[in-house]
Amino acid sequence: MYDPLHGVDGQVRDIWIRDGRIVDAPSDPAVRPDKVLDAAGLVVMPGGVDMHCHIAGPKVNAARKMRPEEKRKAEHIMRTSKTRSGTMGSTPSTFATGYKYAGMGYTTAFDAATPPLAARHVHEELEDTPCIDKGFFVLMGNNHYIMRSIQRKEPERLKTFIAWLLGAAKGYAPKLVNPGGVEVWKQLPSGNVHGLDENVEHYDVTPRQIIEATARGANELKLPHPVHIHANNLGMPGNWATTLETMKTLGDTRGHLTHIQFHSYGGGVGDQDTFNSKVVELAEYVNTHPNLTIDVGQVLFGKTTSMTGDGPLGYYLSNIYHTKWFSADVEMEAGCGIAPIEYRDKSLVHSLQWAIGLEWYLLVKDPWRVAMSTDHPNGGSFLAYPQIIQLLMDRTFREEAIKQVHPAVRERSTLAELTREYTLYEICIITRSGPAKILGLANKGHLGPGADADITIYMPNDDKRVMFEMPRFVIKDGRVIVEQGEIREVTTGKLLHVAPGYDTSIETDIAEWFEKYYSVRFRNYPVSDDYLHDHEIIGCG
Amino acid sequence: MSTTAASTKPVDPSVKVVTDATCTFCGCVCDDIDISVKDNHIIEAKRACVMGKAWFLNHHADDRPSCLIEGKPASVAEGVERAARILTEARYPIIYGLSDTTSEAQRVAVHIGDLIAGTVDTTTSVCHGPSGMAFQSAGEVTCTLGEIANRGDLIIFWGGNPAENHPRHFTKYSLMPKGMFLPNGRKDRTAVAIDVRNTKTAKAMDLFFQVKPRSDFECLWTLRALAKGIDLDPAVVKKDTGIELARWQDLMARMKACKFGVILFGMGLTMTRGKHLNSEALLSLARDMNAFTRFVVKPMRGHGNVTGADNVVTWSTGYPFGVNMSRGYPRFNPGEYTTSDTLARNEADAAMIIASDPMANFSQPARERLASIPYIALDPKDTPTTRAATVAFTTATYGINTAGTVYRMDDVPIFLRPAFESPHPSDFDVLTAIKHRVMELTNQQ
Repeated sequence: MYDPLHGVDGQVRDIWIRDGRIVDAPSDPAVRPDKVLDAAGLVVMPGGVDMHCHIAGPKVNAARKMRPEEKRKAEHIMRTSKTRSGTMGSTPSTFATGYKYAGMGYTTAFDAATPPLAARHVHEELEDTPCIDKGFFVLMGNNHYIMRSIQRKEPERLKTFIAWLLGAAKGYAPKLVNPGGVEVWKQLPSGNVHGLDENVEHYDVTPRQIIEATARGANELKLPHPVHIHANNLGMPGNWATTLETMKTLGDTRGHLTHIQFHSYGGGVGDQDTFNSKVVELAEYVNTHPNLTIDVGQVLFGKTTSMTGDGPLGYYLSNIYHTKWFSADVEMEAGCGIAPIEYRDKSLVHSLQWAIGLEWYLLVKDPWRVAMSTDHPNGGSFLAYPQIIQLLMDRTFREEAIKQVHPAVRERSTLAELTREYTLYEICIITRSGPAKILGLANKGHLGPGADADITIYMPNDDKRVMFEMPRFVIKDGRVIVEQGEIREVTTGKLLHVAPGYDTSIETDIAEWFEKYYSVRFRNYPVSDDYLHDHEIIGCG
Repeated sequence: MSTTAASTKPVDPSVKVVTDATCTFCGCVCDDIDISVKDNHIIEAKRACVMGKAWFLNHHADDRPSCLIEGKPASVAEGVERAARILTEARYPIIYGLSDTTSEAQRVAVHIGDLIAGTVDTTTSVCHGPSGMAFQSAGEVTCTLGEIANRGDLIIFWGGNPAENHPRHFTKYSLMPKGMFLPNGRKDRTAVAIDVRNTKTAKAMDLFFQVKPRSDFECLWTLRALAKGIDLDPAVVKKDTGIELARWQDLMARMKACKFGVILFGMGLTMTRGKHLNSEALLSLARDMNAFTRFVVKPMRGHGNVTGADNVVTWSTGYPFGVNMSRGYPRFNPGEYTTSDTLARNEADAAMIIASDPMANFSQPARERLASIPYIALDPKDTPTTRAATVAFTTATYGINTAGTVYRMDDVPIFLRPAFESPHPSDFDVLTAIKHRVMELTNQQ
């Protein structure tokens, strides 16, 4: 059994489950369980937790619509007597998404970028995403009400607005995507911000102010996961300086920097010849600042779809690769960009992106602060996690892989010099215990009494990819839902959301603002509890 | 004054007022309607347009039975049993319609399609299906209607007539509203219509391009060429499009000079010569324009929840319409799996039509086939389709009698506030009952 939160590192233990939760072993030895699952010789871990993926809502659905070409040749998800049919490709249909996560031993996943106006859409899709618990982050980094509150120096109003918006959308955490940059994108041709101190017209605020004010407000609300940041300048050579500044802007407040691989590049703007890794410098900062957590956004070679709330990024990528392009500017201010992408191992840039992701896993000393992600489907599919595990646990395999990619990886990153190999205990941390802790989910990511009985049981195998691709059993809320990769029982899973308290007198002002600038009536916006399928409020504080 | 009169009018206690109700008649999905209900009749629909008023005020629950089997009254349970048997005994069952019901009901319908290894298609295949196909090849640069209201300073209506088909589009979203960056409303906007007819919409514009019929493709490529600075022969342009090159050049200059350009297009583009190639040219033009300024494009969708149908079918199957599941997994092929085709080719051998009237608007061969096979119809109204159905359910009207989710033409989900209960079951209830019976009959969970 592996339960890093309780220091259990491969010891043989019993787990008792009652009513979907893990409980203490009964003190009376005469008590017999109704059912026993013999896991002798197997590896037992909490269910996997994906803290950053794109699995539901308008952006994901637009990508599904736009890319029929991926699906015919992809694996067919056949209807069975228990399960729905579906399609794969880089953005699987909702039912397929749920089955595939569960089949891989993941029992919780969070959609990373929901435009507030589309909250109901996301709820509908998540209800149709079976087997897993789920939640979503709410886009706020370009919200006009937030920018106006900063402009007017009203931190209390900003904080209250965050609480109102999360409660109204039934979301989980504030998400900043290219703060300020998406608004400039809407105002100007090829518009964007390129640094933390550029001005966002109309509100005269800067990205730095948005990050600072939102992080402060969210931390004061004691949200379980205060702020999830997609920093400015994603993908641009030289962006590591912006990333470092973003970290510094947070001071000692809690903050999570997401898909940090895409934000760790050296080199001059637009000059591929100098493109290189700056993970050493950034990881050093993360290692010495315990308020910071990251997920990686690992790139894997192959075809996928880039999808982001970062409108200008979608335009940039579609122009570089000459692909079709989807963009959507949304009121309650958010954006969206989608473009097909292929990561090629012969490409210097793509090879470096791959290496930079791996450097992050290997250079952050405390595994509790680095979570596994591919930013599904941006860097690759969530189905690539077993491949990443193999790269991290098996140095020989990794060295072989380095030989296959662009040779410049050896000079422009430190990957080839890194000898660290992850243990199963550490893998357990970066794939479940750590992300659960970063998300503030007290009942996930561990196997102690009180935890949700979400458990994954693997057959040990020297080939870690094989081991993690097909768990022997997956248990959700105490029920065996997957055996040897096959769905045995379909559960709906529940929605995880927050309900922070706030002074409701602010609603008069929000309502006035809302009626003036948005095309939906204020009264019709908030999502009520009875709209949700099974749900659980995760407490603040 | 009228306002005084209104405020002093005695309150009739038998009148129930539902504020912020939603009109599902067209793709605008206006959610600011105040409905007054007396004795299960809507007597007032404040802020509704002429179409919306007709939708609300003419609404009455049909006193037909909730279920008819072969034209004879039957219980809903009997109808469910017969429907489930028709669907499970067929070899090529099809499900069609879906654009005028809630997404909750659409989800159940798609699930039934999966259970019976059927084909699911929506009215998208006969309206903006070509836009959906163009979307797959070019993508789309778009925005929500509120963003148009706040930012759009050049509005081009192409092949559509919102003045008559989406009457509040001008006032709420595209022409009149004072937006964040357009404090003077209409004065801050330039409005252009491009159409073959001089419509009511055209008369509300600053510029009107009455183009040669069936020349949309040529018009769009003229603009694409001008955007790229390519020289064109004035005589050829005039001949191909019916419009002087100089006028196109003037339009392109305005398009490049605006801050946030918007093209709203209708079926005058998607259902005329060129079809999806027209849509693709338009989506590409909007994309091209982003090299110079911000530019977006948006199809003007007709039915209240056709956008929801696109979304539900897509997230469930991966494809937006015309989805065949006969092999046990979804496949997509417009022309092969779209309903007018599966009927006209005599392939479909049973059907379930939900909130749609193909017997009134499909081709003769398709109608003849539908009339010859067993089929189920769900509709609040008596229609040619319900009349010829083997099993016809009279259902409650969404938005008036039932709650649920509807997606506006810009994919914005809106929750409905029903005004009063119907004596008839909802589409969701009937479909759910059919689904459960299909599961029993096919031994599926």
